[in-house]
Amino acid sequence: MQLVLEKRAERSGAIALVSPMIAIGLTIVTMVILFAILGKNPLLALHAYFIAPLTDGYSLQEIAVKATPLVMIAIGLSLCYLANAWNIGAEGQFLIGAVAGSWIAVKTQGTDAGAWVLPAMLVLAAAAGALYALIPAICKVKFGASEILTSLMLVYVAELFLDYLVRGPWRDPHGFNFPTTAEFDPVATVPLLIEGGRLHLGSIIALLVVAAAAILLGRSIKGFEIRVVGAAPRAARFGGFNANQLIILTFAVSGALAGLAGIIEVAGPVGHLQPGISPGYGFTAIIVAFLGRLNPLGILIAGLFLALTFIGGEQAQIAMKIPLDVTKVFQGILLFYVLACDSLILYRFKLVFPNRQVAHGAG
Amino acid sequence: MQAHQRMLDPTPDGQHSGKSPLLRTIGLTKRYADFLANDCIDIEIWPREIHALLGENGAGKSTLVKAIYGLIQPSAGEIHWQGERIVLSGPSEARSRGIGMVFQHFSLFDNLTVAENVALGLDGKESFKDMSARLEQVSKTYGLPLDPRREVWQLSVGERQRIEIVRALMQDPKFLILDEPTAVLTPQEADQLFIVLERLKAEGRAILYISHKLEEVKRLCDTATILRGGRKVATCNPRLETAASLARMMVGGEVKEVKGASGRKTTLPRLAVNDLSLAPAEAHGVRLEHISFELKGGEILGIAGVAGNGQDELFAALSGERLSKDPGTVVIEGIAAGHLSITQRRKLGAAFVPEERLGHGTAPRMRLSENALLTGHAAGGMVHRGFIDTAATLRTVDRATETFDVRKAKRDPEAASLSGGNLQKFIVGREILRNPAVLVVSQPTWGVDAGAAAVIRQALLDLATAGAAVLVTSQDLDELAEIADRIAVMFHGKLSAPLSAREASREKLGLLMGGSSLEPKEVAHAAGA
Repeated sequence: MQLVLEKRAERSGAIALVSPMIAIGLTIVTMVILFAILGKNPLLALHAYFIAPLTDGYSLQEIAVKATPLVMIAIGLSLCYLANAWNIGAEGQFLIGAVAGSWIAVKTQGTDAGAWVLPAMLVLAAAAGALYALIPAICKVKFGASEILTSLMLVYVAELFLDYLVRGPWRDPHGFNFPTTAEFDPVATVPLLIEGGRLHLGSIIALLVVAAAAILLGRSIKGFEIRVVGAAPRAARFGGFNANQLIILTFAVSGALAGLAGIIEVAGPVGHLQPGISPGYGFTAIIVAFLGRLNPLGILIAGLFLALTFIGGEQAQIAMKIPLDVTKVFQGILLFYVLACDSLILYRFKLVFPNRQVAHGAG
Repeated sequence: MQAHQRMLDPTPDGQHSGKSPLLRTIGLTKRYADFLANDCIDIEIWPREIHALLGENGAGKSTLVKAIYGLIQPSAGEIHWQGERIVLSGPSEARSRGIGMVFQHFSLFDNLTVAENVALGLDGKESFKDMSARLEQVSKTYGLPLDPRREVWQLSVGERQRIEIVRALMQDPKFLILDEPTAVLTPQEADQLFIVLERLKAEGRAILYISHKLEEVKRLCDTATILRGGRKVATCNPRLETAASLARMMVGGEVKEVKGASGRKTTLPRLAVNDLSLAPAEAHGVRLEHISFELKGGEILGIAGVAGNGQDELFAALSGERLSKDPGTVVIEGIAAGHLSITQRRKLGAAFVPEERLGHGTAPRMRLSENALLTGHAAGGMVHRGFIDTAATLRTVDRATETFDVRKAKRDPEAASLSGGNLQKFIVGREILRNPAVLVVSQPTWGVDAGAAAVIRQALLDLATAGAAVLVTSQDLDELAEIADRIAVMFHGKLSAPLSAREASREKLGLLMGGSSLEPKEVAHAAGA
């Protein structure tokens, strides 16, 4: 008797929905073991991670705030991944967007600039993110350089550039030498949705992005091109679709969304530019994209779930002294299980009994 | 072990000596998911026998031989070798027991020499030098000349097949399986192969010969086992059958005759190729050299030739998957189109059907409606202001299903879930429903069952009758003889002058496929031979 993976005739739609659930279940089992090894009560830890944040209004708002950049970035990444273009550098595009948008905020600081400031910041951040993402895309198309490596390496360039700016030219003169810009003026700040709360306009923008992506992928010919180029490159060429053009396009869109998420984070919850504005949103968004099955609605749900792990991780650290890095371990294990469970969409498990005697003669 | 014993069986043809067959399967069954690829198959192979395994694509021939060669484990049933039940752990055990196989698709490394390729396939421990010497000797003995030092990419398809055969023979097999060996050969090369096979038989070996070419089987084989839908239908002496009776057993009914090509009117040239030359896009690709022809409306031009002589490159150049610098090299409907993309060429009224159904003609994991959109987006009314008209794509699926009898489990399944014949009917249907002025189709019935092949050929004829220009590339000379008005031959990237279907005998085409030119003298010689 042996267990074999058997190819399905057609991809299973039901499993495509269930597989992320299985992955989450397996991750939680693994985490329980990990908590036990750390000497923490697994049930209390799970409660701190997944239940406690859902019980008070502040945490619920905070989940939406954290999900906003994750969802925006992941939507862009999903377009790249569907088109078989591997943008790993969303973190860098996020930072460059934050820097470019902040430039306007810093330059208009203390002037009587009008309501144009915030829209200009958003537009400039998106443009800068797109341009930054085009570097690996163009290197890929023109020279065949691996976009995985170049986009990843540009993350570090962006990090150091931001660091230089806030320690040098843009440092707040009244900031006691902390590496940060001054707090942005109100016209350079993303408005809150609830007075005195945390939820801000960026979450609405993220929802619009999800809706736009759903229409693009489900209804438009461009979305179809993206899907065909990724799924069957030769058939796409036969269909008359240009893979290189789509690499450029998806990288630009994905960079723009990451850049937009960057400035919304800085001009929203953070309020000024400083190092460490991102707890790794650009990388966590990769997990969000895959956990959400590269599907806009799925990404929205996955983004909220991963945001929950960020908030839960903070609570677990406060309540049970569980290191914050455990959240990263959790996210890594989750991606691992998501990718493993994906094979169930095209394959299924089957028990095989070889060499069973069968009556013959039915020739 | 009797590995080196030759002349195992001195009894004459047709009489089985000894008590037990060399190889026997009892109730061999192989199940894939819900699909029975082999259903209780009993087959007996005797020494000194050329045994044909006949059946349409999908009948289960490949599955059966893979089980016999140890590549797959049967789900049920037994394999007996020389009277003893065996369970093969893999192909290397099969080889060590004396079972050899030559696959239809070669497993050779282009950049290695003949000897290096053979060495990679052998399990033996002899030195490379000894092995090379033995290789040369075996190839000479059997009249399969090969230079061990040449690199594979320089060799013709026929020579590559020789490598595979010699590699199998170097293990001195008692039983050799050949999977459609003549599919890639010219008629003359096939004749040479038959001489080799007769000789192997005379040495007492057994051969299992997979084919669907009935005349060939009647000529060569002593016994034929016919499979249909995974089951054994009959075992018979093919020499006592007619091609028609064998075909009936294979198909399970009469094969519809394709209606003749007469009464078609040709009009103006709709596709013209003028002195088209194109460097290969990849290493070891074929360079197209000075290709010219003209195709009128109402006419079917066939392009014959052994695979890998530039047919794929010509298709890419005609379709616009590869562009040519000089616009005038490809003229569609009177408009210079050499520089136009495939979408622009489709808008001019051209349609294309590539050889590979999955991955080239369709995206395998996408639905039929999406695959209708793949080629229909250019000029099919399926896209309005950048948005997809899903209803229109589904209508194309329904029309293709109805017109060409595409059989599928549901209205809009994934392309990969259709059988080869049904998917091909869909692909051809998808293009024909657009009423193209020019249809370029490559291997229209490759790997397609006889019923679907008849439907497709009839559709091509009907399209031409309606006034379209049709270019058909095929390795199947019978197919070209059936539908083409003129036939040209591709060899090493050059295209011969087209012959009219009447004057294009198998001999003439075979010579052209082998690279001879039909100078007046040679034509006379060929006719006299």
